[in-house]
Amino acid sequence: MKQKPSLRLDIQEQTALVLLQGSWVKERIAALCKTDIPIAPSRTIQSYTFDFSSIADFDTHGIMLILHFAKTLEKRGQTVVFQGESPSMQQLLHICDTHYPVEEIEEKKGIFVLDSLENVGRQSVEGYRTLASFFSFTGELTHACVAAVLKPLSIRWKATLYHIEQSGAGAIPIILLTSFLIGIVIAYQGATQLEKFGANIFIVEMVTISSVRELAPLLTAIVVAGRSASSYSAQIGVMKITDEVDAMRSMGFSPWDFLVLPRLFALIVSLPLLVFFADIVSVFGGMVIASTKLDVSFVEFIDRIKQTVALKHLVIGFIKAPIFGAIIATIGCFRGFQIDSSTESVGKYTTISVVNAIFWVIAVDALISVLLTEMGL
Amino acid sequence: MKERIVVEAKDIITRFGEHTIHNGVSFKIQQGEIFGLLGGSGSGKTTLLREMIMLQKIQGGQMKVLGVDVSQASHAQAQKLMRQWGILFQFGALFTSLTVLENVMIAMREYTNLPDWIIQESAHMKLSMVGLPTKVATMFPSELSGGMKKRAGLARALALDPKLLFLDEPTSGLDPKSARAFDELIATLRKTLGISVVMVTHDKDTIENVLDRFIILGNQKVRFEGSMEALRQTTDEELKNFLN
Repeated sequence: MKQKPSLRLDIQEQTALVLLQGSWVKERIAALCKTDIPIAPSRTIQSYTFDFSSIADFDTHGIMLILHFAKTLEKRGQTVVFQGESPSMQQLLHICDTHYPVEEIEEKKGIFVLDSLENVGRQSVEGYRTLASFFSFTGELTHACVAAVLKPLSIRWKATLYHIEQSGAGAIPIILLTSFLIGIVIAYQGATQLEKFGANIFIVEMVTISSVRELAPLLTAIVVAGRSASSYSAQIGVMKITDEVDAMRSMGFSPWDFLVLPRLFALIVSLPLLVFFADIVSVFGGMVIASTKLDVSFVEFIDRIKQTVALKHLVIGFIKAPIFGAIIATIGCFRGFQIDSSTESVGKYTTISVVNAIFWVIAVDALISVLLTEMGL
Repeated sequence: MKERIVVEAKDIITRFGEHTIHNGVSFKIQQGEIFGLLGGSGSGKTTLLREMIMLQKIQGGQMKVLGVDVSQASHAQAQKLMRQWGILFQFGALFTSLTVLENVMIAMREYTNLPDWIIQESAHMKLSMVGLPTKVATMFPSELSGGMKKRAGLARALALDPKLLFLDEPTSGLDPKSARAFDELIATLRKTLGISVVMVTHDKDTIENVLDRFIILGNQKVRFEGSMEALRQTTDEELKNFLN
């Protein structure tokens, strides 16, 4: 039933009859769209008459193509007349003609050098703006924090506990596993080296100090950054998209008290607790390897810890934990508030938030490490 | 031409857990008709619409759309069916990562072998048909107002010249003038392209001016089926109040 659409040209001196035949529907017209118009330009013909009477089927795409042909002819300075349309076709023709895109659709073609320069500029300005808004965010956060601490009853304890459960307690299994493995790795690599010059017992200092002072807090923070920075950004971002944040503001509920502070306090509280578990498990991992590879028994290991490992290492590890927690929560929430109304930005800022959180945790750790060592601690 | 049925619902039963939404809902929609699904909030109008477009499963009965039983349709049948209908969601549901023009073009790009220039022109034409200015084409959905999103959504629904158009509250959120223009547009499209339209609506003017027939849902059943004239003559007090 659906015949190929075609044009038949019937030329008489100065006028030409264009007989349109077949189905002018989107599935069939592709072959006719190859050129601007399948009618060769002619100087002698002044007017074309499009005859619609033998069209079998049509849709807006077909009509548009016919209109395109007519307009191309008109641009060449020839007149075009339509005849033989059915009433419904006439109506559709009228609609399509009224809405035919008049302006030439121009495609932007950029010059590579200019485009890349523009990009550099755009990125710099954006970076500057992000920095400025981050400072403004931390400023407001500090203000909200101080206000909350001065009035502890205003803190949303229930929400805070919920986030401690989600971000803290929920992270215990994966943190236990990774810390145990890290303890094993340090002890194993250390054991092969120490064994060479018979300094087996030093495995205790090696595992314990590196774990409790550096690796356990860092690893915990990285795991929590991966879990919680992303989830905070996504939660807050989606709340922004669904206008929940605006609804909150307009009802006089401060998003700081309801969204940011519970998350911030939750991580500040739960990170030291997580680090405590991580410390125990990573040292235990080291003990297992020490007893199997180096014949340092559990009892010897623990005795040696008491004798030689200063308490300050443990304390330093614990002091760093809440700082990491604050960094993760602040970045997670800040990036969440940057999410705008497109679904794409949820993905973008969630990714950025995790990358930023991990980077700043490591950077601050490095800073503290150098600082404290220089101070002789 | 023989009158054809585009949608046929027979004893539809829908349950969400313990909660029954529809219990034996039946109606028929003829080709070329503008058909309304009306009813109070929570009466399951949108659910019924979602069942027609295979976004929701029915628990009992039979739903036939364009002759295909939607709960029995094979993948290929479903794919074919989906190209024959266009859907306007309540809030437009535009793809936020694409520009408005790309939103309209995407179905044509995927499902036809037309060259890009004609797809672009026809997308521009569809956008103009629904009353959007040219400059909107390059904008992203997040930059549009609610009404504009809706129009862009309609342009996307019309992209493939569907036989059947599903509209979920097409005029809600539009100003009265745009709402009437929208009604007119739908009536003209029906006349010219022979589209059948199924819509969920609350707009009284739309109900009076555009709908040929409608059903009113209530108490898990079809309370009324017919035209505005028939509704005016009803003696049922509750139905009479429905309009006021």
